[in-house]
Amino acid sequence: MSAFLNDAAVFLQVVAQLGTHILLGTLGGILCEKVGNLNLGIEGIMLLGASSGFFACIATGNPLLAVLVSGLTGVAAALIYAFLTVSLRCNQVVIGLALTIFGTGLSSIIGSSIAGRALPGSVNAILGTKTIPVLSQIPILGKMLFQQSPFVPLAVILSILLYFYFNKTNPGLNARMVGHNPAAADASGIHVSAYKYVHILAGGFLMGIGGGFFSMVYAGRWQNELTAGAGWIAVALVIFSTWDPLKAIFGAYLFGAVRGLTFKLQSGIPIFGQKLVVSSSLLDMLPYLATILVLVLITLRRKPEYKPPKSLGDPYFREDR
Amino acid sequence: MMRMVRRSNPSKNMQILMRAGSVVAALAAAALLMAALGYNPFLVYYNMVAGSFGTAYRLQATIHKVIPLLVLSLGIAVAFKMKFWNIGAEGQMAMGGFGAAYAALKYGALPPYILLPLMFVLGMICGGIWGVIPAILKVKLGTNETLVTLMLNYIALRWLTYLQYGPWKVGGFPRIPDFSPNAVLPSLFGIHIGWMVAVLLTAAVYVMLRRTKLGYEIAVLGESESTARYAGINVSKVTIVAMLISGAVCGLAGMMQTSAVEKTLTEQFTGGLGFTAVITTWLARLSPIGMIGTSFAFAMLIQGGGYLETTMSISSKMADVLQGVIIFFVLGCDFFIQYKIQLRKPVRKGGEAK
Repeated sequence: MSAFLNDAAVFLQVVAQLGTHILLGTLGGILCEKVGNLNLGIEGIMLLGASSGFFACIATGNPLLAVLVSGLTGVAAALIYAFLTVSLRCNQVVIGLALTIFGTGLSSIIGSSIAGRALPGSVNAILGTKTIPVLSQIPILGKMLFQQSPFVPLAVILSILLYFYFNKTNPGLNARMVGHNPAAADASGIHVSAYKYVHILAGGFLMGIGGGFFSMVYAGRWQNELTAGAGWIAVALVIFSTWDPLKAIFGAYLFGAVRGLTFKLQSGIPIFGQKLVVSSSLLDMLPYLATILVLVLITLRRKPEYKPPKSLGDPYFREDR
Repeated sequence: MMRMVRRSNPSKNMQILMRAGSVVAALAAAALLMAALGYNPFLVYYNMVAGSFGTAYRLQATIHKVIPLLVLSLGIAVAFKMKFWNIGAEGQMAMGGFGAAYAALKYGALPPYILLPLMFVLGMICGGIWGVIPAILKVKLGTNETLVTLMLNYIALRWLTYLQYGPWKVGGFPRIPDFSPNAVLPSLFGIHIGWMVAVLLTAAVYVMLRRTKLGYEIAVLGESESTARYAGINVSKVTIVAMLISGAVCGLAGMMQTSAVEKTLTEQFTGGLGFTAVITTWLARLSPIGMIGTSFAFAMLIQGGGYLETTMSISSKMADVLQGVIIFFVLGCDFFIQYKIQLRKPVRKGGEAK
């Protein structure tokens, strides 16, 4: 029994590691979409964050500075998106796709000098696994949160903070109004563009450090297109979690669990004396299938809190009111 | 301080001038970026042009990229015209390739004049099904089509990966065998006859969108769904039929790419062309003639980018950066075509506001 408990604890520990960069990307996506901006550039922004952070880490040897660089690169990329979609009212879908193409390309070029290089040892000392005594001994859940890189609990705490922000604070509620009905928000004295900018840029920061976590902590190396579609999973999980930061934790860890199982299923799991082997590419379809299912379900349910922000994807321009 | 005023009637000449200016500005901005990264931008541009037009062989390779981009753009335009945001061209193309490959691998012994039409039909059916799914979900349930088409892309791509690593694999390597010669599209003037299909299709989509009842209904629906309903247009039917066409055309692009260029099915044969085509469609403002131009421009970027890698050992990804910068500038410029900025004089206290 205790062996099983230990196995479960280790599995959950891996699940949290596999899910954390996705969680950060998803939270960034939620910030954007709550103010009505569909950002399909997450993959590009995460790649830029991953490569620039890795680059800064090798150049300066300072991991905390590197994380900051990842985040600020994300902000810079999000600024391009925000300026074009908010100020210049460009089509959000097209600009998002273009940002992903741009970010994928630029990250490969930034990364060409660091591909295959090892990180300085200071990274592990600061960003690597930290074991918190006592708490990490909690059965099953202890290792998941308290024997981890500081990024893992940080992402969870951020989710909780964002949940309170969007549900209990005035700026958070204003932001939702901007996403829901920008004209009404404007009429009630909310500065729509400012809200959009702040949330899109903050979202870019989270996507950037999500990429930084992935390259510097999880993978520990750089290669082209390192994130391998994590940004698209994040786009899917924003919907899967019905724009709720708390459910995003669940969604990201569920994804991590499927990923963790994939490793096991490829070698086969014995069931009733037979070996069950499931193709990993079929398992990889699951997040996308689940997202379509959720999209169908939320359109069937009448509850307004599950609905997407009403103005999602539409530009807002007060002169056109 | 500032306010935006809609231009009453931007002249055609001014629009063309501003757009050309935005491309020049984009190239200049990208040149600065390249210089900052330590490359000589003039050499990069020169090599990109040389790499895509320099020799007959390179020109062929460029046109091999124009064909799928143009066909995909035509498919996407049908959907975009009714403001159905189909960003699922990548997946529809992948499924088209799957349908074609199914016929090619299973009935490879059939003579070409039977096998190739069969591949065309199966490719278009599979692409069409992939286009109709989001349409049905939208008209029956009101599901957001942008998100559904996006998700369907990845399901289709994983499906190809599954086939390549699983049931369709032959031998030790994860590789699907080459098609029989009967399943390969013939060439005309050194380029596979897909170029003729693309030209005919451009004319067909142009006529369909501007001269037919369906095209008219699609345009009305795109302007306003309530107007369409008021005019007695069957919104569900038009949406589904248009997406069937859109998906089938994208599937056709997949069929031609597998048959003529790859000569087999691989998990990566779509190579992001479906996403690039969303951009070429939008930049051409849904005009089929304009799409010939934008498809050429982007095919040149992709092909020229590949050449950079071999001659200057610069990552071919430089082309992606350039694509991004051009889109940012050209789309950003659209705003200044529609609006002009007026500086407002600060209002003095007690004075008259004017």
